[in-house]
Amino acid sequence: MSVESVQQAAPMRRQATVDIRMATLRAIYMIWRRDLIRFWRDRTRVVGALVQPLLFLVILGTGLSSALRGAGGGSFRAGLDYTTFIYPGIIGMAVLFSSIFSGMSIIWDREFGFLKEVLVAPIDRSAVAIGKTLGGATQACIQGLVLLVLAPFVGVKLTPLAVLELIVLIFCLAFSLSAVGVAIAARMRSMMGFQFVLNFLVQPAFFLSGALFPVTGLPGWMTALTRVDPLSYGVDPIRRIVLGASGVPGPVLDRLSMNFGGQVVPIPLEVAILLAFGLVLMLIALFNFRRQD
Amino acid sequence: MTQNSVEAGAVVETRGLVKTYGKVEAVRGIDLTVRSGEVFGFLGPNGAGKSTTISILCTLVKPTGGQALVAGVDVTRDPGAVRSRIGLVFQDPSLDDQLTARENLEFHAFLYNVPRSERKARIDGVLEMVELHERAGSQVRTFSGGMKRRLEIARGILHFPQVLFLDEPTLGLDPQTRRRIWAYLHDLRKREGITLFMTTHYMDEAEFCDRIAIIDHGQIIALGTPDELKAMVGGDVITVATRDAEAAADEVRRAFELEPATERDGLRIEVPDGASFVPRLMRELTVPVSAVTLSRPSLDDVFLKLTGKAIRDEGAGEMDQMRNMMSMWSRAGGRR
Repeated sequence: MSVESVQQAAPMRRQATVDIRMATLRAIYMIWRRDLIRFWRDRTRVVGALVQPLLFLVILGTGLSSALRGAGGGSFRAGLDYTTFIYPGIIGMAVLFSSIFSGMSIIWDREFGFLKEVLVAPIDRSAVAIGKTLGGATQACIQGLVLLVLAPFVGVKLTPLAVLELIVLIFCLAFSLSAVGVAIAARMRSMMGFQFVLNFLVQPAFFLSGALFPVTGLPGWMTALTRVDPLSYGVDPIRRIVLGASGVPGPVLDRLSMNFGGQVVPIPLEVAILLAFGLVLMLIALFNFRRQD
Repeated sequence: MTQNSVEAGAVVETRGLVKTYGKVEAVRGIDLTVRSGEVFGFLGPNGAGKSTTISILCTLVKPTGGQALVAGVDVTRDPGAVRSRIGLVFQDPSLDDQLTARENLEFHAFLYNVPRSERKARIDGVLEMVELHERAGSQVRTFSGGMKRRLEIARGILHFPQVLFLDEPTLGLDPQTRRRIWAYLHDLRKREGITLFMTTHYMDEAEFCDRIAIIDHGQIIALGTPDELKAMVGGDVITVATRDAEAAADEVRRAFELEPATERDGLRIEVPDGASFVPRLMRELTVPVSAVTLSRPSLDDVFLKLTGKAIRDEGAGEMDQMRNMMSMWSRAGGRR
């Protein structure tokens, strides 16, 4: 009885109610912006994140270039330098690590309490999944683009069109991988599982992606694994554009490229697979956050 | 509670609120009404159901039964509307310490749709209220615990909520900082006419509340003003320090027909209204008196009488309580 009467009295005190849909869009923007502010403020991390790719590129690249020349092996006979070959793979690696970790920074937000501020706000919680995925993607994209600057040093001459294509590709890759990070973090309560994720997901994904060796002519079991690794569909198109721009002949390129049963996979299809994967993962993350009521 | 008092401006109202986790009944039928503009305190030992109740009111936990209205809105029917009308200050910090104070507030203003035209003035206003305007551009990681709590209070009221929920707002702060936080809270109520709903286990702080509910085993066992609650345990205690306790006791017996208890160096007298009794007592006593102390029953005594436990015993549980809160949070928001 009295409860009903309170409800009738309520309109008197009603204030401007928050439009949840608009509030959610604003929240996505704010979560994204916060990630960038933090990224910008933590410049040592940006520099630090470049060290690993550079080690791979300079030491592993130079070392294996010499070794392969000596052995006179495979595709690398045809004037293809190993450092040039792994350069796109190293971009993929930088994007992979940065994306996954940015996505997983949700766990930090949970541990240090900030996530609560977002979860109790009058917004749809899908904003967390979307905002974090976009924030992680932007950060990883910047990391990847910084590596593009190194192209001349590994003997890659890029055309403006190639650069444009690469930016789009790197963003797609960063988006999909950030979604993976967010989806993992949505179910994790502490940093305890972090090492697990690193060893059982991130590193295998890197090694199987074709970043360090071509994904063609491999044993059957490994070929299968490389085809289910989403990173493969990011590294391969980046490599085809980079090597194409630096004048590697078409037949050599085709021999190195991702194929389904001997048929070279068109780049648009690879991008579609990559984005579809990212979207599915983001939806999983989204439902995980929504369910946390 | 009559219906009239409810219509006079209830901001929080619950009827038969129940929450069970499996077989555990955390909240067992809570009825309470918090009036607009009052400071309402929620006291109870750990695991009494305080945190669960506050979580239900803040739409973080769904009740198993009963009804709860906050700012006139049913918490289960329209949690979004409830969230936009309440402010929250958690037990553990929820600021981004890599952002500046101002950035934290901007983030909040954006989430809660404080109109663009008012945003800056409002942020400046709340920063000034908690005396942090000079540190607006500093990253929160450089702040002390007390400053962080003040910033959280400022953030909690940024979007003009009707009621501010505070879960142990002064937990872990030193006494001086605690007093300052209370000064801000009272100032806040005066300026904004906001209702404060808080849990605390510092008894001296509970005194600052207009009304207090004591909760134990998921039920409210006492509700009233601090004075009303204290009246439940009996009168004031006056101790008179004197060398000649026997003679003094005789005089008291003759003049007031009271039976004082004689102690080693004095008397102990229980009266309903100690403040007005002391002057009369002084007029009647001829024996030299070295000191008189008047002590009123404290909420500690009330708590002890009602629950059979001293709230101080719970001190060791502060960390547990935080942990409980957190595990409840993750259970509520967890992997189900």
